[in-house]
Amino acid sequence: MTMMLLSTNSALFLALFLPLSAIVLLGALREFPRARDVAHVGTAVVTFSLVLLLLVRFLKADIPNVFLFEVMPGLPINFSIEPLGMVFALLASGLWIFISLYAVGYMRANGEEHQTRFAMFFTLAVAAALGIAFSANLFTLFIYYELLTLSTYPLVAHKGTPEARRGARIYLSILLSTSIGFFLVAIIWTWTVAGTLDFAAGGILQGHLDPGYAPLLLALFAFGIGKAALMPFHRWLPSAMVAPAPVSALLHAVAVVKGGVFTLLKVSVYIFGTGFLSATHAAVWLCWVAAISIIVAAVIAISKDDLKARLAYSTISQLAYVTLGVALANQMGMIGSTMQIVMHAMAKITLFMCAGAIYVAAHKTKVSEMSGLGRQMPITFIAFFVASLSIVGLPPMGGAWSKWFLLLSAADANQIAMIAVLGIGSLLSIAYLMPIPVKALFGAVPAGQAPSDAHEPPLSMLLPICATALGCVLLFFFANEIYGFLLHVPLLPPEGGLQ
Amino acid sequence: MIPQAIISQLPILQVIVPLIAAPFCALLGGRNRAWALAFAVSLVTFAISAMLFASTLDGTVLSYQLGGWAPPIGIEYRVDALNAFVLLIVSGVGALTMLYARESVAYEIDERHHGLFYSAFVFCMTGLLGVTITGDAFNVFVFLEISSLSTYALVASGAKRDRRALTAAYNYLIMGTIGATFFVIGLGLLYMITGTLNMADLAHKLVEHGDSRTLRMGFAFIVVGFGLKLAMFPLHLWLPNAYTHAPSAVSAFVSATSTKVAVYLMLRFLFTVFGFSIPFEVDVLRTIVLPLALIGILAGSIVAVFQEDLKRLLAYSSISQIGYMLVGITLLTPGGLMASIIHLFNHAVAKAALFMVAGAYVMQAGTSTISDLRGVGRDMPFTTAAFVVGGLSLVGVPMTVGFISKWYLVQAALEQGWWPVAGLIVLSSLVAFAYVWRFVEAAYMYPTPDGVIRREAPLTMLIPMWIFAGSSIFFGLNASLTSAAASRAASGLIAASSLIWQ
Repeated sequence: MTMMLLSTNSALFLALFLPLSAIVLLGALREFPRARDVAHVGTAVVTFSLVLLLLVRFLKADIPNVFLFEVMPGLPINFSIEPLGMVFALLASGLWIFISLYAVGYMRANGEEHQTRFAMFFTLAVAAALGIAFSANLFTLFIYYELLTLSTYPLVAHKGTPEARRGARIYLSILLSTSIGFFLVAIIWTWTVAGTLDFAAGGILQGHLDPGYAPLLLALFAFGIGKAALMPFHRWLPSAMVAPAPVSALLHAVAVVKGGVFTLLKVSVYIFGTGFLSATHAAVWLCWVAAISIIVAAVIAISKDDLKARLAYSTISQLAYVTLGVALANQMGMIGSTMQIVMHAMAKITLFMCAGAIYVAAHKTKVSEMSGLGRQMPITFIAFFVASLSIVGLPPMGGAWSKWFLLLSAADANQIAMIAVLGIGSLLSIAYLMPIPVKALFGAVPAGQAPSDAHEPPLSMLLPICATALGCVLLFFFANEIYGFLLHVPLLPPEGGLQ
Repeated sequence: MIPQAIISQLPILQVIVPLIAAPFCALLGGRNRAWALAFAVSLVTFAISAMLFASTLDGTVLSYQLGGWAPPIGIEYRVDALNAFVLLIVSGVGALTMLYARESVAYEIDERHHGLFYSAFVFCMTGLLGVTITGDAFNVFVFLEISSLSTYALVASGAKRDRRALTAAYNYLIMGTIGATFFVIGLGLLYMITGTLNMADLAHKLVEHGDSRTLRMGFAFIVVGFGLKLAMFPLHLWLPNAYTHAPSAVSAFVSATSTKVAVYLMLRFLFTVFGFSIPFEVDVLRTIVLPLALIGILAGSIVAVFQEDLKRLLAYSSISQIGYMLVGITLLTPGGLMASIIHLFNHAVAKAALFMVAGAYVMQAGTSTISDLRGVGRDMPFTTAAFVVGGLSLVGVPMTVGFISKWYLVQAALEQGWWPVAGLIVLSSLVAFAYVWRFVEAAYMYPTPDGVIRREAPLTMLIPMWIFAGSSIFFGLNASLTSAAASRAASGLIAASSLIWQ
């Protein structure tokens, strides 16, 4: 009933700032772990409901606009909603529910310290991701992008060991240096030539930027958005695997890398404009860089024995699919990229939660030690199996659709080589992912290894795992809805009226 | 809203109030009495400069004639958008450091010297305010000496904690005096040509005079003189030792004001007095000052990375940040000028906070050596959080003032097509990340050494520290006030010069 009383603008405002204010509450509840954990999951649920409400209103063409204030003349903090941002917000806030529940179980089962600090920065990170999703201009987005980097640093460094310190330092320095070194310069350049940073249908650069410079500007964006982990600026992601498993899930699925590729997508659609990109052929080089990233990262993944390292390189490879979709610069590419963000998020969060469950239950991190473990933890490994299938792109898992649209996009763009790359990428992902659940479920326990007394993780961890694994399957059947929704993304400048 | 009669007297009150109060501080002696007077005076001067700032907001220029002697014969005080802004910075930082000084100075300086210390402090403030407000070129020299001499004494008063303060002060004295001498020689040459010392009159007569070797010599002497005062690379050698060994309150005050005032003087002379009436002036800036500023930006940051002492690290970072302001000036565009002026404010705010943090460490932990401060983030959470805010501002992370400065500066460089310069600015902020994070990591990620007990700094230190840290965030989020002030000041300078702006 209160929902009806809430104006759309207030709902957007709340979705952005409720998580921020919840941080104070979490801090206040530091002496009461139980209440704190309830508050954490509760915030996630409330935030997700707000985003759902925004979706309902959005489908009725009720588009909010929250204007806070101007930072510098012409550069306001401003929020609005468009289809891509809506998808990302749903994804981040929805997965937050599962991961917060899982984090509670994981942190307790592992006896981790500083759980309040953890919950606070975790919430801050998701709040930043929502800010990225709803930014109405590139300036606002950049502020939240940096906030996301800073808020995840204490999470990555959580354990405080020398190894965690080192990993977190690499994490922070690569993300900050790419964002300040390239991304910021690209933004200021855009502002200097276009005189605006608003996200606009059809882009803002056409007619303002000499097409000869377009590839250079795109390069500043593509490499500057370091969270997209495009090679060679991908080192931060494997370094960050020192973090606890819920953080890895946050980085790989919920907020960080997804925030990166989403930003790239948004820049290509609303700053460059898909038409401008394809007409000037400014993104052709990016196809090849993305292709190299897909293949090289996948090959590295095969060689890794540490499960989290293998998953990290898998993420780098899978993110490059999104970049590839952006670089192909057509409507199918945009749709395929967005689908890939959603499908990969759902699958990768499952995989990382499984990795965490295996660590908690059996204290195993190496792939080679997991053979036969599936007999003690069948549910965990079946979920792992389902998610792996989705990453590979086989039906009936959601991942099939994103690969399909990317193939269509490559065909539309007449990039035969990219079709081959997509195929090879999928084959390689079979090689690095499938052996893990298959050996665990059907393989023999290695000789000389004592039979472990591992068992399924606690329910608060197992439930989210099952839910997201189920999500991978459900997404296969609901892909049409997403597709239909994404057709609303305005690719051309408005002619006459709005939309 | 303010009676006209008072407004018309404000310019002289700005200087005369602290000038008269300073000797009384020395007479009062004793810890709290001298401090109380100094603090009260600093509040009054701040109120005055706030009123001056408010009354110049609409673009009016206040002119005050000392003793009723009309310029160019008499001395004129002249307040416009630019120096009202600088006055506000100086007196604001002055008032807040004075609040901070009470506990810090009680710890770092013998009680019997307190009267003299606060007297020198107020004199220093007087000098800086006088330099900023005056419209008379020779008066600049007089006030510059008042502020410099008292700064030498202030730096030397750090000798109780570390005897090296004495050599630092001596070095500063030599270099500062050379700088002042260069300035006065340059001024003498200008006087030879024009026969006047009033800035506005000088400007007028220099345009009529045209080019000559004497004018060029005068220009060169003055630029080098100011270069020494504002610690332009490679004339910065006095700065690291002076900032490191001075008492913490002095480091905070001097780092936030004295080099900033020197930058202001540079701007004032370049644009108002010389006004680029001859191409030589542009050439000097572009071929000498610009490369030096760029080297300073990078060298300052890189050297800062390798410092063991927090205060020295901050000092080297200042050298780099001053380079940003010089680059903005040498761009010679409205955008560049505005970037310079806004950075003047932004850096003052951030650096004051950072030096205050360092001072709090000195007081509560007895050291400013980075390796001895490991784990301090847990013992002194509020102080260390202020460091993080100030440090992020040096890097130029969004939501801090440093970001605003960087934005305007890179934008100004890109508008001119100076790609390498923009790249260098960005590169230097990445180096800044390295030195800032080195300390942040030590403070948060390492355990406290055994047997070390550190308590959070007292409120009288935390409050001013957090006013600065909070301002670094506030003006980083809402820069409309500062950017309006800076752009007003920049357009005032432009209007005064004879450069033609496209």
